Amino acid sequence: MTAVDLKPLVLAVADTVAAHADELTALDQAIGDGDHGLNMKRGFDAVRAEADALAGKPLPDALKAIGTRLVMTVGGASGPLFGTLFLTLGKELPANPDRAALAAALGKAMEAVAARGKSQTGQKTMLDVLVPVQLALAAGKHGAEIVAVADAAAQSTTPMQAIRGRASFLGERSVGHMDPGARSTALIVRALADAMGGRA
Amino acid sequence: MKSNVGIVIVSHSPKVAEGTADMVRQMVGDEVPLAWCGGNPEGGLGTSVEAIMNAIDQAWSEAGVAILVDLGGAETNSEMAIEMIGEPRAGRIVICNAPIVEGAVMAATEASGGAALKDVVATAHELSPA
Repeated sequence: MTAVDLKPLVLAVADTVAAHADELTALDQAIGDGDHGLNMKRGFDAVRAEADALAGKPLPDALKAIGTRLVMTVGGASGPLFGTLFLTLGKELPANPDRAALAAALGKAMEAVAARGKSQTGQKTMLDVLVPVQLALAAGKHGAEIVAVADAAAQSTTPMQAIRGRASFLGERSVGHMDPGARSTALIVRALADAMGGRA
Repeated sequence: MKSNVGIVIVSHSPKVAEGTADMVRQMVGDEVPLAWCGGNPEGGLGTSVEAIMNAIDQAWSEAGVAILVDLGGAETNSEMAIEMIGEPRAGRIVICNAPIVEGAVMAATEASGGAALKDVVATAHELSPA
């Protein structure tokens, strides 16, 4: 397997987050403080600005650098949460991972995100997308199938009541809105799968 | 002065953080190392890991630092900041489970008497229902 060409992936994710920033903000305005879109855009714009430098690094180092950049620039809880996701992937992945290594590393990253957010699935968070995506990956599913799993998982947060984060203050009123973090996670999965094309 | 436990105030709002720090200063003067931060990296409402790390540096005491936070993101970002600071200092930085204003004033008052970090934190925790 050849080394991952990171730059197009970084650009694809940053473009997707920027293109959907208003939508994410609107989702967050419904059940949170309404800063998710702007925060994610700020974070991934900062990552995009380093795309060339990132592409020159071994994959684990690049992922850790992305995680650190998100932690430092996002400015909300999403920073440590998405930051921890990338930091852990960087810690767990070999330089040239195969599908099994990716599934295993995503498993660890998912656990790290759960610990960081003191959360678990079913609580209307990004974990409700990460967990099924990891299972799909581990089960050998490919690009379009994984994207479908991620989209359905994000949709599945709509009827959930939030137990964590600002949305939990709304109690039952959080029901009926898609979780912004679940949506942004699904968007990132789609951007990665699209950018990888047939290799996803 | 630097032998007393330091206090760091982390709010989503710089105004809340600064106002809380003013109330702490009124109570303990310069007897306690104190720093505050508020706002995201662009200055809007939110919190910044980098600003929290700087505030911890500023209020650092060998006796440790107690952090008071307002809402979830402030706590998550503070936890991240502590992790990035790393050991050996990380073990002497504690986030208090307490209302930010009352917690900061109570914790600082306890700290000004030379109390250990665990007692400063316990004083703030007493404000939260178990």
